[in-house]
Amino acid sequence: MTAVGGLRRWAPATVLLVGLVGAWELYVILRRPAAYVLPSPGRIGEAFVESWPLLPTHVATTVAEALVGLAIGAVAGAGLAVVITAVPLARRVLEPVLVASQTVPMIVLAPLLVLWFGIGMSPKIIVVALITFFPVAVSTTSGLTGVDPDLVDLVRSMGARPGQVLRTVRLPAAVPAFFAGLRIAAAYAVAGAVVAEYVVAQRGLGVFLERSRRSFQVDRIFVAVVIIAALSAALFAAVGLAARVASPWHVTNKAEEAP
Amino acid sequence: MGPAEFVSLVGPSGCGKSTLLKVLAGVLVPTAGAAEVGGETVIGRPGRTAYMPQKDLLLPWRRTLDNATLGAELHGTAPAEARTRAVPLLERFGLAGFERAWPEELSGGMRQRVALLRTFLLDRQVLLLDEPFGALDAITRRRMYAWLETVWLHDRRSVLFVTHDVEEALTLSDRVHVLSPRPGRVVDTVEVGFPRPRTADLIGDAAFVRMRRRVLAALGG
Repeated sequence: MTAVGGLRRWAPATVLLVGLVGAWELYVILRRPAAYVLPSPGRIGEAFVESWPLLPTHVATTVAEALVGLAIGAVAGAGLAVVITAVPLARRVLEPVLVASQTVPMIVLAPLLVLWFGIGMSPKIIVVALITFFPVAVSTTSGLTGVDPDLVDLVRSMGARPGQVLRTVRLPAAVPAFFAGLRIAAAYAVAGAVVAEYVVAQRGLGVFLERSRRSFQVDRIFVAVVIIAALSAALFAAVGLAARVASPWHVTNKAEEAP
Repeated sequence: MGPAEFVSLVGPSGCGKSTLLKVLAGVLVPTAGAAEVGGETVIGRPGRTAYMPQKDLLLPWRRTLDNATLGAELHGTAPAEARTRAVPLLERFGLAGFERAWPEELSGGMRQRVALLRTFLLDRQVLLLDEPFGALDAITRRRMYAWLETVWLHDRRSVLFVTHDVEEALTLSDRVHVLSPRPGRVVDTVEVGFPRPRTADLIGDAAFVRMRRRVLAALGG
């Protein structure tokens, strides 16, 4: 991507964001709402600088929970997808359970997990894993089953056994779908960790949020929100990058090489 | 169909040409009837023939060389050994210099040649080719006829070639079977018998024109 192309791509979103923040600042200047109701963006910036020494430990904890949980969720989701695809009985048994697992609100489940696994990082990691495995499992399953049946026939005509069909055709063909699911999962991972920390924790952005709320430091709540959003976006982008690295055969962005 | 023969099946769409090839490839089990290759049944027994489907079906995540050696790998040949065998053939298939290219980077004609190389490398005595040039433009097609004949003459194996293009069938084949619409039955068989290698001006030959008229009449009747 060229510099001009990058500018053209990001300029509209940047203009919108700057415009919104500007309007917000203007509103606070004109209407003067109480600082514990709506602080100005400038005030939030100051709060960011003030709370800077507190942030690294909280951010590190939340990021660690989100990453470990996402990794577990991704592996479990992809593994389940393979099992569901390969064993028809497993599909009938597991699919209702999977859907049911998503109907239990995390805000209900999180206190129970604390009860079972204590107040350390493990219940948070479990919450993140439970949130993230589902989109990965659904997307990867559709990737595995949506393979061109002619491709499957081709390798079967070469004498491939079911395991070889899975390895040579289904798994590689499902890589883009896996990453599509993982991108959605990545967007939820940080927020999931924060929700779990909200229940009870010693460190983490959820703890920082809860303390700020109790002391009516609304500006600090916004600091946490901005950090959570930035972390989620970074994770989302990182997965997108990983997807491109993992599928180097997509050369549509490159110039024509073949005559 | 005898050994080292090039036989074509010509018929209208939907008469079961592709289905027949899938049965011979062992991936489709028919409700009735027999299919034998070399005196052994191939029904439900894939891997006895070298089958090339209509679409090139190259695996997008494999480079040219790895696509060509797919069959050998599935049969348990070490990838390095399979590559050593494939490399000398790249030249003959017009793919020299493209062994590390992704399928997305290749033109339609090149993709078909990779698919054909993959089929040839399966080392089966019978090749089943299902409209391999169906997706190519007329100019590329003509060039592919001459090229396919050269490659085939090099190590004559039996070829069963499916097409709905009469000229293509007559240009390439020793014998052409004409199939009727559903249910597909052989309604006429033409022995082509022109000497090889054949030339491009064959289509102007009086005997060729007569054969074409005969096949078209059989198709129309």
